[in-house]
Amino acid sequence: MSATIFGLLGAALVGIGLFGMLVRVSGVLRLLSFNVLGGGIFLVFGVVARRGAGAGLAGDPVPQALVLTGIVVAFAATTLAVALLLRLGRDGE
Amino acid sequence: MQATGWGALPMLAVMLPVLAMVVALPLGARRAERLTLAMLPAGLALAIGTAVAVQVGGAPVVHLLGHWSPPLGLAFRADGLAAAMLLTAAVVIGAVAIFARADFGTKAGQPERREAFAFWPLLLAVWSAINLAVVANDLFTLYVALELLTFAAMPLVCLDGSRTTMEAALRYLMFALLGSVLYLLGVALIYGACGTLDITLLARMAPDQPAVILAIVLMTVGLLAKTALLPLHLWLPPAHAGAPAAASAVLSALVIKGSFVLLLRLWFGVMAGQPMPGAAQILAGLGAAAILLGSVAALREARLKLLVAYSTVAQIGYLFLMFPLLASVAADSQVAAMAWSGGAVQAVSHAFAKAAMFLAAGIMAARFGHDRIVELGGAGRAMPVTLLTFGLAGLSLMGVPPSGGFAAKWLLLSAAIGAGQWWWALVVLGGGLLTGGYVYRVLASGLRAGEGAPDPAPIAWQRDGVALGLAVISVVLGFLPLAAFGLVQVGRLGVLP
Repeated sequence: MSATIFGLLGAALVGIGLFGMLVRVSGVLRLLSFNVLGGGIFLVFGVVARRGAGAGLAGDPVPQALVLTGIVVAFAATTLAVALLLRLGRDGE
Repeated sequence: MQATGWGALPMLAVMLPVLAMVVALPLGARRAERLTLAMLPAGLALAIGTAVAVQVGGAPVVHLLGHWSPPLGLAFRADGLAAAMLLTAAVVIGAVAIFARADFGTKAGQPERREAFAFWPLLLAVWSAINLAVVANDLFTLYVALELLTFAAMPLVCLDGSRTTMEAALRYLMFALLGSVLYLLGVALIYGACGTLDITLLARMAPDQPAVILAIVLMTVGLLAKTALLPLHLWLPPAHAGAPAAASAVLSALVIKGSFVLLLRLWFGVMAGQPMPGAAQILAGLGAAAILLGSVAALREARLKLLVAYSTVAQIGYLFLMFPLLASVAADSQVAAMAWSGGAVQAVSHAFAKAAMFLAAGIMAARFGHDRIVELGGAGRAMPVTLLTFGLAGLSLMGVPPSGGFAAKWLLLSAAIGAGQWWWALVVLGGGLLTGGYVYRVLASGLRAGEGAPDPAPIAWQRDGVALGLAVISVVLGFLPLAAFGLVQVGRLGVLP
């Protein structure tokens, strides 16, 4: 039951994030949308882990490991984009 | 899946450049440059070794990381296409590294510069990432490879730190990030539906659940953004406009091919059991539009660098013509083999020709101090070798026999007729004419006697030689007998026993 709720929540976040990335013009807002979209995907991974759990286990460990890597990659992408945005903002003054 | 002999070769081809990159960071620009140059022969030897092992063995070379076999572990699987791409990457990276010594080298006695310090490790990172993107056999490892490719290529675009290049880099990053999150969502859905991410296992499973179809759609859109197929090409021309010649060459020749190879693995590996001819027609339609609109944009472009960039947009279109041809016939038929070879040879010959073209354009821009095409008069007298390079690369892109581009387009043309889809044959022919048009524009302008032509002072001969070498390779590919392209057929997933 809770897996379904989290799955729907993940889908909603993906939708909001995707909308933001496609519609927003400002770099910061797009970056935030990217993070919302990423968060939705990580939730979907969590749901996949819960639904694929073996008997007596809380979750399938593989998607959990994938999420950890995914978070690291998304963090690296965010820092790169923030660095670029900061440089652009500073040059604009 | 069993590990095969020589499996360590593709594994080392991935590991060596990334290790060298980590070591290069604390060493500083001067020693990073030396380390990169020292890596080139080693990487080339590994790529040649992999290609020989695949060709002689007639089967993909497989390496199991840590001896764990999938689905528990991760496998590297170098099939013929991967071996061809490894070789291409090794040669192009080697040429670009030698070319870039004039721009990013640190001469004795000079202080080290920031750009030089950034360039060499980034070049090694691109090399490692493209190698990983073609040999990895796990969808999530491939996601990491694509991200590494983006993170390494994006800073190369804005090495000079000016506002325009930073904006272009940000736009590139946003397109790439959107592409990779869509891809990642697809990975989650496929794992949820099938419980594995290994491409070979997925191909055997022949999944047909709606979740997998949705995942493939999401991943395809994401990868199209990274491959810069029209209409998702908007980031590519600005990214090339301000990038150094060496970075443009790597970006156009290699970086966009990584996501293309992955797309092939999805469509004709994971989904080998369920061909999607309708969707493949749409992909090829986008490809045809890219050929047409990209070429027209190149015909109208005033700047040489942007002309070459729009030519890339057009040439990417050819790569997608193989999709409907492969999807509409039996996987083990003659036509499918021709379409597959045609696409692979197009990817390889375009890599060589386009790298040569960007390097030649870079030499011309450096000598003239600008790259406005109408003012290139006198180039033929001042730098005949450079213009010859541009012309030879152009011949290969046009598909004039005998050249690599001709072999690719001939194979695609024959496959289109064999599959009964003659309209794609018309696209191939029309695209060749348009390509001839924009290459002619540059050559005609360069061969005129010009006012502002620079003195015929000697250019560093290595730079001209390297660019000419790449152009010659792209032409010589056409002299190979068709049997030589059998390499790329080895280990095609759709015809797996």
